Formats: sequence, structure tokens, C-alpha cells
Amino acid sequence: MFEFDLYRVLSFAFQFLDSFAVIVLATVGLAIIFGMMGVINLAHGEFILVGAYATTLAFHAGAPLVLAMVIGVAITTVYGVILERTIIHRFYGRLLDSMVVTFGISIVMIQLTRIAFGNSLPQISTPFSSIGFGPYSYSTYRVALAGVALLTLVSLYWLFTRTDFGVRARATMQDADTARSMGVDTDRMYTSTFAIGSALAGLTGALYAPARSMNPEMGSGFLVEAFVAVVVGGPSVLLGTPLAGGLLGAVNAGFTTLGGTFIGQVAMLVAAILAIRLMPNGITGLIETIRQKRRERA
Amino acid sequence: MLEIENLSVSYGKTPILRDVDVSVDAGEVVGIMGKNGVGKTTLVKAIIGLLEADAGTIRFDGRDVTDERADERARRGIGYIPQGRDVFPELTVEQNLKMGETINEASETLHYDTVYEYFPILEERRSQKAGTMSGGQQQMLAIGRALVGDPKLLLLDEPSEGIQPSIVQDLTRDLRELSADLGTTILFVEQNLHVVQNLSERCYAIDKGTIVDELEGDRLASRDEVAAYLAV
Repeated sequence: MFEFDLYRVLSFAFQFLDSFAVIVLATVGLAIIFGMMGVINLAHGEFILVGAYATTLAFHAGAPLVLAMVIGVAITTVYGVILERTIIHRFYGRLLDSMVVTFGISIVMIQLTRIAFGNSLPQISTPFSSIGFGPYSYSTYRVALAGVALLTLVSLYWLFTRTDFGVRARATMQDADTARSMGVDTDRMYTSTFAIGSALAGLTGALYAPARSMNPEMGSGFLVEAFVAVVVGGPSVLLGTPLAGGLLGAVNAGFTTLGGTFIGQVAMLVAAILAIRLMPNGITGLIETIRQKRRERA
Repeated sequence: MLEIENLSVSYGKTPILRDVDVSVDAGEVVGIMGKNGVGKTTLVKAIIGLLEADAGTIRFDGRDVTDERADERARRGIGYIPQGRDVFPELTVEQNLKMGETINEASETLHYDTVYEYFPILEERRSQKAGTMSGGQQQMLAIGRALVGDPKLLLLDEPSEGIQPSIVQDLTRDLRELSADLGTTILFVEQNLHVVQNLSERCYAIDKGTIVDELEGDRLASRDEVAAYLAV
């Protein structure tokens, strides 16, 4: 009985780490672009697709996996910057227009990928072995991705709160006119922030290239979790992303452990609906409301 | 230091400023007074570069900056304090001040010590988010932020707006002393009679988008003369 419980706890823990990694890595790029620039990038999944395909193609061309991943991130960053400079920058401050445009980019990207590379690419085999315990086993690589997700969050927190660039980027997002009148080249700041969001999407694609099947629709698989996490996280993306990742990851892991992957996904979406119903401004919106009330009382 | 000639500015197709001429010499404290809606804020925004000129020229420090972006003008040494302060609410006091370091990139001097000396509350609350401070404290922060980078010209848009009268008096005194201490030229727009009379050495009057008078000396000291251009 004791062994059975221990295995289930371990299974839950590994499942949680996996879900947390998927949600956080799928979300950060979207959250940075949305939270900092107010652009809902419906082509975010296809940014991930570019990273995954570039990594896979570079690997099959002979590059070591880590180098292939670096190439994947670099190509996605360049791709994002080109799109931002040619198309997306024209739609800043036009929320609905930017959604339509990025949705169009998404469709075009999927079809172009299909035309160029067919319906699938040969997958890279997952590195590292599995961790086995009792009747369960988990991919060491996928568990390690939780560490990468955590490292990514810490790096982003440091970048946006502890560096001159981060302070200027946040100032630009809060009040672009005032930032401009303080000497900040806001156009360059937007491009840089979009490049970071694109690079993060590319990183997600690169990291999951050895862990998911490669097909033109693979980006869509990340998009739902990313959107749900952004909405549940609320307006403060740096804090909201890990909190939403933790909450939704725990629900997903718990129900996957109990009833399988499908039940885990359903439970996560139900949890998201409940969270939005109870916290219309997301987790960080609720935190800010509580803080505001405390300040008013003080 | 600043010469504006025949400046015209519109919002869309609506003309706001017409043939405005203003000049400010280095070290001067110059005001532009007028009632609500006569084009004061438009003029300040055009000077910093947040609004484009339809016609006319703006020369700063001997250079035509009419076609330059706001960030380029700021880096040349124009420090701007917007109406309503517009501090960055989610940044801390210290981070807000840091934003001012980019102003006047030719100068390596940073005035943190002076800012903290004049506004000690900013040092006490350097880790506090700016959005949680009172209106008067936010105005001190906005002034401090514009001063940190050693601007050649400080541009203020209605510094008294939304501030308690007692704090307005303190701010007026502080601005005069700061200008004298740091040698900073000041150009401000205002409709508060106390600020106009106690801060400016010379003052333009603006009405319906055009400069209609220029006052100094006894005329500027006369309450009736000044009040005629303000809604008092």
C-alpha cells in the first residue's frame, strides 16, 4: 500500500514538472509580447514551429543537438524581427487588427511549412534515458525541461527588473510617450522586446523538437495552453506566468495521474474557466487588488 | 538656447498653434501662461517632439531639431515634465529616476545627490512603486527624474496641476533654487497665478494658439496684468 502511494506521488511530481515546463515554456514568449506590447500574437504557435523545424533540420544536416537548438532559436528570432519590422509594428495599439493579422500569418506559415516540408519531419530521438520507478517511467529530458523553464523565468525576471534594458522596456510599455521624452528609442525597444518574445518561442520549439512529433500543426498544440496561462496569470506577466504554470500544471498533473492525459487536459481547462470566473483579472490582478485594499486601509 | 519661429501645430485637421514665436536664453526661467485649451500643452509637446510641426522651426542649442524625434531631442538635453506627472507607476522611485539618466547624453554628470537633497522623500522611498505615492510626491519624482540626467533645458507642463496649494509654493521655490544651483534653463507653461509670478523671470501670454503678449518686470509683478490672461 505504501509503495503504491509513493509511486503515485512520484508520478504526480514528474507529471507536474512536465506540465509546468510545457505551460511555462509555451507561455513566456506570448506573455512577453502581450504583456509588454499589448499584441495578441495568434501566430505564436507558428513561431514555436519555426524553432522546432529549424532545430530538426539543422540536426538532420549534421549539427550537434545543442548547436541545432541554438540555430533554431536564432532563426526564430530573425524571423520574428523581420515580421515585426515589416508587418506587426503597423498594428501596435490596434488589438483586434493585430489578432487578425497574426492569425493570417499563422495560416500562411502552416501552409508554407506543409508545401516546403510535407506533412511531417523525421523526429529527433529524445536525449537521455528514462527514470523508472515501479510501474511508471518518465523521460529524464522532459523532467529536465522543468529546470530550463525555471531558469528561463529567473533570467527574464532578472532581465526586466534588474537591468537598464528591462527598466526602459517596462517604462516604454507603461507610457511610450513619456519614455520617448526621456530619451528612449521606443521603436527599437519594441523590436527588441518582440525579438525576445520570438527567441523564447524559438527556444520552446527547439527544446520540444526532440520530444514531440514534427508536423505543420505542432504549434497549435502549445497555443491553447499558452493563452489559458496568459489569461489566468493576469496583467503582470513576469509573476503571472509561473503562478499560472504552477496552478494549471498541478491540476493537469493531478488529474492525469488519476485518470490519464485526456482527463488531465479537461481538468486543466475547467480549472482555467473557474479561475477566470473567480479572478477576472487573473491571479496577479487579484494580488494587486488585495495589495491596493491593504494600502488603502493603511 | 531655444528659439521657436512661426510654429504651427494641428491635431488632425484642427489647427491649435499658429505662428508661435518664443525664445529662451541660457539660464533663464521663462513662463508661458494662458487659460485652459489655448494650446499650452500642445506647445510643450511640440517642443519636446511628441507632436509634429506643420510649419515653423524649433532650434535648440543652435541646432534645428524640428524634424528630430522626441528621444533624440531628450538626448540633446531637454528634460520634460508632463502634465499630470506621468511617472511610471509600476517602476520604483529609483527606477523612475534612472530613466532620466538618458537625458543629455553629452553630459556625464548625474544629479542624484541634488535631487535627494531637494526631495529627501524620494531617497526614503526609493524602493516604493511610484504609482503608490501622493500627487505632490509624484511631482517631485517627475522633476527629479527630468533633472537627474543634467538637462540643459527643463520643460514643465503645468507643474501645479492637481497639487495642494502649500506644496505648489514649496515646488515653486525648489524649482527656482534648482535652476540657480544647477544653471538649468527652465521653460514652463502654467495657469496658476502664484507659480507664474513667483517662478518666471519673463512670461509669454498665449491665447487661441497665438502668443499675444510678453511680460516682465513690473508688469509681471502686477496681479491684475497677469490675471487678465488667466482664468482667475
